[in-house]
Amino acid sequence: MTIDRRRFLTLSAASITGSILAACDKNPQAAQSLLQLAERGNERVEAGLFRHTAMNHVAADAPVAGPNFPKYFISPKVPVWDPATNGVWRLEVSGAVRRPLSLTLDDLQKLPRVTQKVDHFCVEGWNARATWSGVRVSDLARAAGITADAQFVDFAGFDKGYHESWDMESAMHPQTLVAYGKDGYLLTPGYGAPARVHSPVKLGYKNTKYLTRVVFMPVRNGGFWSDQGYEWYAGT
Amino acid sequence: MATVVKRNHWIVRLTHWVNVVAVILMAGSGMRIFNAYPKFARPGETFPLNPWEGTPIPAWLTLGGWLAGARHWHFAAMWLLVANGLLYLGYLFFRGEWRDIVPRRGDARDAIEMLKFYLFVRKDHPRQGKHNALQKSTYFAMAVLGIVLVLSGLAIWKPVSLWFITALFVNYKWARFAHFLAMALLLLLSLVHVFMVLTVDPYALRAIVTGWYDRARSPEARNARPFYHLFTRARTAAPGEQPPA
Repeated sequence: MTIDRRRFLTLSAASITGSILAACDKNPQAAQSLLQLAERGNERVEAGLFRHTAMNHVAADAPVAGPNFPKYFISPKVPVWDPATNGVWRLEVSGAVRRPLSLTLDDLQKLPRVTQKVDHFCVEGWNARATWSGVRVSDLARAAGITADAQFVDFAGFDKGYHESWDMESAMHPQTLVAYGKDGYLLTPGYGAPARVHSPVKLGYKNTKYLTRVVFMPVRNGGFWSDQGYEWYAGT
Repeated sequence: MATVVKRNHWIVRLTHWVNVVAVILMAGSGMRIFNAYPKFARPGETFPLNPWEGTPIPAWLTLGGWLAGARHWHFAAMWLLVANGLLYLGYLFFRGEWRDIVPRRGDARDAIEMLKFYLFVRKDHPRQGKHNALQKSTYFAMAVLGIVLVLSGLAIWKPVSLWFITALFVNYKWARFAHFLAMALLLLLSLVHVFMVLTVDPYALRAIVTGWYDRARSPEARNARPFYHLFTRARTAAPGEQPPA
């Protein structure tokens, strides 16, 4: 009786293990769909945890990373806006808006300025502090008069087609900026000049640099890293 | 006298083996995530507490293949780990079995006696209940490490939305270090646990699969140390043996 029971358990354990391994071997698609299901669920959990009142706090006396703040871009060389070939740099705010905007850097600097020392959270695992100056995306949305169709925002730049789309709630967070200044100076090309998105509420790769277009949309349209398999939501 | 007793409830057996799967998935994918930035210093800073700053974990120990893949595994398996952990802790709490692992007065002295026995300083196995004092403190530490891992994990997953959890660990950098350290300690204790089961009490494998345990073959009955008296029958009736009430 004991032997039979033990034999039965051994055999069933072996067959269960075997079928799991066979399933993984024949059909990695099954694991893939499970992971996608989990990602969809996590997006809902993350959006549920998100609050406009939950802020990134950095101590007033905490040092900034300064020149040690990593620079990155996807073009082979650091992207620089060339007015001779491209004309004056402008930020276009368009899509589901009543008054599309086309702002020069001067126009942008005339809008209400926010200066904040915050963390930058990279997907790789490091964080770095900097003091960013710029305009709240929520102020841009107000100035452009977004419509009910504005459920997502795409931030696109001139770094070889780099873009990332965001959920509206994260874009409207008070710490989400279109930044043109870092540590008291205008942005340099390494940090996304003339303007970039910066927010502590999303991982670094969602913060489009070399920004040219802010497009409000009824649907999301992925992004440079999200399309390659990184999480689209990527909230902190 | 019946020496075979039911030792582990099915919830304990189920959660033990689900935990093996969940911890392997979490540790493997976590180490792959770590390898994307295998240090704790912020850019431009130093981190003297880690003598291996910048050294990645060997790739064969990791799961997920690349950073994004490992993150997907990590953020999916975390639900398995948490659900399973809550089921186990809930069982311990409601059935009062937390008493089997939570340290109490006298456990330190008993642990020293166990160490003396393992180091051949004393000849006879100390009297024990279900677990000896070293086992108790190990299992308790593993449960505490699991809780630290979940909290520090939340702290680095949501450093803005759950900033108050991050603040428990000072800041993001220290939360990430705590998460890694707790993982390393948990893996170390798990390896010690597997080593001790195989070299001292392999009969416990039956108890964690079917639930049944032969007390006549307990380490105390066999006077067993690692590799010693592995296959010995009880010399006398199992010490302290009482038929189940």
